[in-house]
Amino acid sequence: MATAQRKRGFIPLTILFGAFLVFLYGPTLTIGILSFQGPNGGLTFPMNGVSIHWFKALFEEQRVGDFGGSLGRSLLLGLSVMVLNTAFALLAALGYRRVFKGASLIFYLSLISLILPSILISLGIGIMFDRLGLSPHWYTSAFGAHMTWTLPFGLLIMFAVFNRFDRVYEAAAADMGATDWQTFKYVILPLVLPGLIGVGLFSFTLSFDEFSRTIMTSGTFNTLPLEIFGMTTNVTTPVLYALGTFTTALSFLAILTSLLLIAANRHRQSRRADTP
Amino acid sequence: MNTPVRTFRSYWQVAPLSLVLLCFLVFPILTIVIVSFWDFNAYQLLPDFTFDNYAFSLTSDVTLKAYLNTFFYAIATWLITLILGFTVAYYLAFHIESNLMRNLLFILCTIPFLTSNIIRMISWIPLLGRNGLVNGLLTGSGMVDQPVEWLLYSDFSVILAFVHLYTLFMVVPIFNAMTRIDKKLIEAAMDAGASTLQTIFLVIVPLCRSGIVIGTVFILTLVMGDFITVRLMSGGLSASVGVLIYNEISLLQYPAAAADAVILLITILIIFSILFRFVDIKKEL
Repeated sequence: MATAQRKRGFIPLTILFGAFLVFLYGPTLTIGILSFQGPNGGLTFPMNGVSIHWFKALFEEQRVGDFGGSLGRSLLLGLSVMVLNTAFALLAALGYRRVFKGASLIFYLSLISLILPSILISLGIGIMFDRLGLSPHWYTSAFGAHMTWTLPFGLLIMFAVFNRFDRVYEAAAADMGATDWQTFKYVILPLVLPGLIGVGLFSFTLSFDEFSRTIMTSGTFNTLPLEIFGMTTNVTTPVLYALGTFTTALSFLAILTSLLLIAANRHRQSRRADTP
Repeated sequence: MNTPVRTFRSYWQVAPLSLVLLCFLVFPILTIVIVSFWDFNAYQLLPDFTFDNYAFSLTSDVTLKAYLNTFFYAIATWLITLILGFTVAYYLAFHIESNLMRNLLFILCTIPFLTSNIIRMISWIPLLGRNGLVNGLLTGSGMVDQPVEWLLYSDFSVILAFVHLYTLFMVVPIFNAMTRIDKKLIEAAMDAGASTLQTIFLVIVPLCRSGIVIGTVFILTLVMGDFITVRLMSGGLSASVGVLIYNEISLLQYPAAAADAVILLITILIIFSILFRFVDIKKEL
């Protein structure tokens, strides 16, 4: 009876959900198609032939500013944020499994860091570096700015992971004489690995696409999102779309890699559980 | 278990987190508060203790208009994302029976969030522009004679972009709250004769109140602190508080920007202190 009634709204809701997905992906697909415009094509439909002209323009000529350099900086920044963020989030979450003084304070600071408008962080770090006589760089001030955004996310994800974590395994390892380090390496780490990969993925993509917190903190050299923002005001060719398609493809690659890693990990663990 | 040695270990484990927060959150915010009382001229900042920046900002029509704009964007975006996000979460949580399918659809909703916001904004241009796809369809089908001008570079496109960018922040916490609801409660409501709508509003909504509050906090902070979406999607035609601060930064009027930032901060803190009365974050993870 209950299922029969629940199914009643199923069809309209499915249509609505489908429309939501079209709404989410449609625009990105549109510029994906438009980035393959012919050399004489414009910013809107119709397609004026099909070519990879604009992708070539992205890599070969210097007409789009410092694309290669900003891409390199963003990748490097994203990867360093990913590594340190994952490590810091894991450490902090481990620390939070015990009661200690100041735990609430640091927790609430993390929440504030997450929900404070990005422009305040950007402005604050910008002025602070200015007053301290330090010049901002993408690998110092922008790095710190990104961490204030990715670290709370990482911490919350790790909290969620450890909340679902059964301490019986740890206790068993300790009973069997494992040292703290062995327990961590052979018991805790493999169990929280999928969560860690998730944190890594989040940190990388959030940093790679971060704009608001970077704008006052990146110094002389632009990161990729800043470069793209600059282009929106002065580029009127589909090269802008080619850049968008390229960046989105990179993000997709990162997401796919993480999902595959998580799936592979699960597969390996289930195989290990099957063998006696 | 809580021997002094182990407690000490907690301290060094949270040390990196604390250091990041101290250097890049606490100190910068303190800097903003201090500098907001400073004076400035065209060339430099002058350490001082003056309320001029606040007095100027609080009595200016520009600030007032920017705040009205910001609240309008925030409330409109909140309403739409709440209804849309709740419906999507409800569909995923209660209509999809298979776990695998549910996870798959959920990931499908999450992926766009992990791609560039600016690109996602730009991608509306070929759709909404004067010669865009939507106008092409409208004029082609004879529904309008002239291309519709308000599709792009208007309040409409700003709110559309906000909804496009941020609905996920509503979906995730509500979905998370819904998956914790004991299915027996819903069956009980049905058995007691509640209609589907009654079940939703009398059982499900109260039970995912915390998810709704967390989503609301995210939407409000993202919209109220935004400057890039408003700038890009309104074509520079309308200003929010974020745009105001951004413009002052561009003109190197840091104390003025800092004062506006402090006012924004206080506004947001007041709103959040009200919202957080309804929820205990620690229980939601």
